[in-house]
Amino acid sequence: MTDTNYKPAGKAPFPPGRAGGWAFILHLADNALIIGQRNAEWCGHGPALEQDIAITNISLDQIGQARMLYNYAATLYNGFDSNEKTAVDHLVPRLWKAYNRELEEDDLAFLRDERQYLNLLLAELPKGDWAQTVLRQFFFSAFQFYQYTELQKSSDTQLSAIAEKSIKEVTYHLRWSAEWVIRLGDGTEESRRRITDALGELWMFTGEAFKPAPYEVIAVEDLKGAWIEKVATVFAEADLELPKSGWSQAGGKEGKHTEHLGYLLADMQYLQRTYPDSTW
Amino acid sequence: MVSDAEIWKLLEDVKDPEVPVLSILDLGIVRAVTTEGEQIKITITPTYSGCPAMDVISMDIRLKLIEKGYRNVAIQQQLSPAWTTDWMTTEGKAKLKAFGIAPPNPKQQVCADDLFSEEAIECPRCHSYHTELISQFASTACKAMYRCLDCKEAFDYFKCH
Ligand SMILES: [Zn+2]
Repeated sequence: MTDTNYKPAGKAPFPPGRAGGWAFILHLADNALIIGQRNAEWCGHGPALEQDIAITNISLDQIGQARMLYNYAATLYNGFDSNEKTAVDHLVPRLWKAYNRELEEDDLAFLRDERQYLNLLLAELPKGDWAQTVLRQFFFSAFQFYQYTELQKSSDTQLSAIAEKSIKEVTYHLRWSAEWVIRLGDGTEESRRRITDALGELWMFTGEAFKPAPYEVIAVEDLKGAWIEKVATVFAEADLELPKSGWSQAGGKEGKHTEHLGYLLADMQYLQRTYPDSTW
Repeated sequence: MVSDAEIWKLLEDVKDPEVPVLSILDLGIVRAVTTEGEQIKITITPTYSGCPAMDVISMDIRLKLIEKGYRNVAIQQQLSPAWTTDWMTTEGKAKLKAFGIAPPNPKQQVCADDLFSEEAIECPRCHSYHTELISQFASTACKAMYRCLDCKEAFDYFKCH
């Protein structure tokens, strides 16, 4: 779904991921990991075998993206001087400090506390029913598509390489989820009721992506126009009404989360916290 | 002293663990081989970000080289330029088809990303183009699932990327 009308905003190239941009890399990684973990909950529970496989493949792509980003963040951190390390200390997992070894990707994924996670609230919401899952994926993938398009222009060559790699997958996710939104919106009475309910649940969580956090090095507010346009196009096909922008819920980017994230982390981090630094 | 050509030759024997008819050279994921004295450096690029085969492939490369007495091996992953199915060799595409998996179409031709559009995919069994998409995603992220409307068989399509 390469949008040929999309005119990227300015502000690139932005500075490489030294201490200032470190939180931004975590934010990108957390987005991918948390929505990937949520989608993985469908494994064995999808509405049809093909769709079970589709959503878990998407989950795998997202966790793969998270790995590349955590890996990069860990490598950067290990190369920081003491001032830089101090500057990002609030984001580093406390448990890891007792390990007496370099920081690794898994430490960032499995040992940070809830308040150290910087993902969008949209990513952590429960998977809900199939309508809620595919609509969330559509909102998220559409955002990620424009965000990674910008990131590809980064002067930080590792970040731009990760974006270049990931956007090919994101394009598939966006297409798949958009088709599902249309199928449900323009489907049966029940599917339409479900997608409409999902829209009611999710809409107020979509605005957060476009409210810049201090660490954000791309102008996310400038991506909103393209995102809305994409959503409007798909909604027109799906015969869904674009809600009027209204109040939106935010906080995830600053580490203030919904009650849902804690449960997700408890499930995901259980093993690493019970058997610290174990490998198998 | 070891030559680059020797190493390339050995890599032909390292297979994709998920599609074992393809070597990693057929797949186009080996980007560079450099040798300096006893030191061998191999650069590979992942097919998909979350592809679980990548770790296995790195290990298989190592094992293959150790088997031939090469122990000083460094394998690095390079993300950019991102892998594309256009890097798959013609020979690789022929092997895929013989194995029953429809090979990827050339990217510039039909790598469609419009909603609900379907690529024309040839059935690897009866060669009919009278086929339809069942699912964008199949047994692995790199494949889609199709059905042949003539011979009625379902088949995997190694989708263009
Ligand atoms: Zn056939």
